[in-house]
Amino acid sequence: MRAHLTRRYWFSASHRLHCSTMSPKRNVQTYGKCNNIHGHGHDYFIEVTVVGPVNSETGMICNLADLDTFVNGTVIERFDHENLNMLPEFSEVVPTTENLCVEIFNILNGGFHHAAIEKVRIEETSQNSFEYTGE
Amino acid sequence: MVYLTRKAEFSAAHYYHNPNFSTRKNRRIFGKCNNRNGHGHNYRLEVTVKGEVDPESGFVVDLKKLKELMNSEVIDALDHRHLNKEIPEFQNCIPTTENVAIAIWNRLQSKLRIAQLHRVRLYETPDLFVDFYGEA
Repeated sequence: MRAHLTRRYWFSASHRLHCSTMSPKRNVQTYGKCNNIHGHGHDYFIEVTVVGPVNSETGMICNLADLDTFVNGTVIERFDHENLNMLPEFSEVVPTTENLCVEIFNILNGGFHHAAIEKVRIEETSQNSFEYTGE
Repeated sequence: MVYLTRKAEFSAAHYYHNPNFSTRKNRRIFGKCNNRNGHGHNYRLEVTVKGEVDPESGFVVDLKKLKELMNSEVIDALDHRHLNKEIPEFQNCIPTTENVAIAIWNRLQSKLRIAQLHRVRLYETPDLFVDFYGEA
């Protein structure tokens, strides 16, 4: 039986949306308040979905402790209480939540070997969320 | 095709233990969930059915009938029960969130005649849920 398991995590970080190849005017037009030179922050809620057959001996797709250890070690500790713009991942890429979603999916998909990563979903605020499935 | 989701809640006890594993292996794999005295959760269930909207009633499904089926097959059976000790599906099967979601799917699928079951989503805690779509 193939099932899908989703675990929810969160971290807090700051960012500023600014594209160095755009003029100041175009940056404001494109990013609005998010272009504030001093930055702003969010509590990012991260949902990680794994997919796979349910192991007949354990009743699990993968051990939740393994998933928690990996996500906490590679994602939460990496981004919590950081300014995303200062991280090398976003030195050339604007830290929109779209790009953050892709980055986190790639970290998990590339390093977690106990189950297949199906989806990363991020709630930037209670009003907007982003999903990436590796497409 | 329109999808309709109905929510429900039940509270139940369980523990994780495989009799074929050693005491040490059970503890290593299942951690705190291996406590044989059990622990419990407030499970939140979302059942999604799909179908065409009936031109006369405007319904995908008669919600009252779906609610009655969810109550009789799932909530009445599992609420305030010990899953390992009282539910037949878990006599020889560990009641992980994955397996409870599959058991709920099977209970509904065998009786649901008024619409097509699409998904069972079961939250064990607010930060953990399983989706089952009946995939083999």
